[in-house]
Amino acid sequence: MTQNTMENNAAKPMREQITYANLLFLGAWCGILLLFITYFIYATGILPPHASMEAVVANWGQSAHHFHQVTGSPMGWEWIGLLHSGDYLNFIGLALLALLTIVCYLTLLPGYFRRRDWTYFTICILEVLVLGVAASGVLGSGGH
Amino acid sequence: MLPISHKKLGLIGAPAVATILAHPMVVWAAQEAAVPPEMAHPWWFWPLILLVFCFVLGIIAVLAGVGGGVLYVPLVSGFFPFHIDFVRGAGLMVALAGALAAGPGLLRRNLASLRLALPVALIASTCSIGGAMLGLYLSKLNPDIVQVCLGVTIVGIAILLLASKNTTKPVVTKQDALGMALGLHGTYFDAATQEMVEWKTHRTLLGLILFIFIGVLAGMFGLGAGWANVPVLNLLMGAPLKISVATSKFLLSITDTSAAWIYMNKGCVIPLMAVPSIIGLMFGSFVGVRLLSIAKPKFIRIMVIVVLFFAGLKAIDKGLGIGLLG
Repeated sequence: MTQNTMENNAAKPMREQITYANLLFLGAWCGILLLFITYFIYATGILPPHASMEAVVANWGQSAHHFHQVTGSPMGWEWIGLLHSGDYLNFIGLALLALLTIVCYLTLLPGYFRRRDWTYFTICILEVLVLGVAASGVLGSGGH
Repeated sequence: MLPISHKKLGLIGAPAVATILAHPMVVWAAQEAAVPPEMAHPWWFWPLILLVFCFVLGIIAVLAGVGGGVLYVPLVSGFFPFHIDFVRGAGLMVALAGALAAGPGLLRRNLASLRLALPVALIASTCSIGGAMLGLYLSKLNPDIVQVCLGVTIVGIAILLLASKNTTKPVVTKQDALGMALGLHGTYFDAATQEMVEWKTHRTLLGLILFIFIGVLAGMFGLGAGWANVPVLNLLMGAPLKISVATSKFLLSITDTSAAWIYMNKGCVIPLMAVPSIIGLMFGSFVGVRLLSIAKPKFIRIMVIVVLFFAGLKAIDKGLGIGLLG
């Protein structure tokens, strides 16, 4: 192997990094496209919102707690039950963007396992747990 | 000031007041004043303004080399009618979307280093959960506390941007034990100089400790933390500037994810204002990238620092209720 080839190989990312990048690319753009579509549905009133535009505008200057009480906005994952309404339909795209990193981390695990790189394997597992706990809503989503 | 008696004031003032009040515009204005400012416009007014504002912000952020979140949160909380809870929630989603869109390219070119990002991200994302919960707790106690803390942080960031002189390729003579154990080294191809650049880190433990504070601040104020990531990775840990900038951008996609979930689960993300912010800033970033070749980034960077100073002082002013800056 020539010096040049060795240097080029050293500068190449590992296979899982490319998988991570591809998944991130696909997921991020799907999320943004979904935001476009769902916001259009919301703004044009194709699907009626859970909280009227007027109620949202009148209360977005108040705290999240007040907003929740006045508009009956959901906490945690309760928005899944409101996907038939224009406003919470937008949460599909938002949640996809916020879930993407967790999925991408899972793709790294086989590579680190194969290399017996236990330090990074453990770091990935811990990160998935941290992000999973944050996403789960167990950290006090019930009240503000 | 000239001394004017109450009587004189009444003589001058009464006809003037009568004339003004008789004007139909005043009647309209009085009606406007009777309703809160956010209700004085149709529902689409503020989302549309926000879309345009974030588009411009996206251009400026790219040209100035800062993340969108650091400009978004202080400016939107200072000049828009939204509560700080929703601004922070949207700010995190804005920073997250930008980082997710930039991540693939940086990873493919091996500029964002996974080996460097993963340990740092674990610390920062864990601490950003704590920061988000602390920020929401303080906001529940009194939102003005968050405003003042945000203002002080933003002024600090402006000083940091003004003072820090990043190094393109820092000299790291000896890698420390922790950096070596974590394998924090790598090679990348620098297209500008057409050479392979090898890098390694030092002062790794101190760097990792600093990411505790960066995570807390990112979660607490809903800021992307690129302003802090880059100096720590580059100046302290000795990673080359390109690796630091790219890894920092990629890091935001992880750090902001955990904090964003806390805000989302607490009902602090309102689609009506969050989605135009994300879309506006992303499109602005695309335009910004195209303008990079013809713009004068140094001037724009100075302008952004001035804007940050102003936004920080405005947040402090708002939080303390002084009302000096409008």
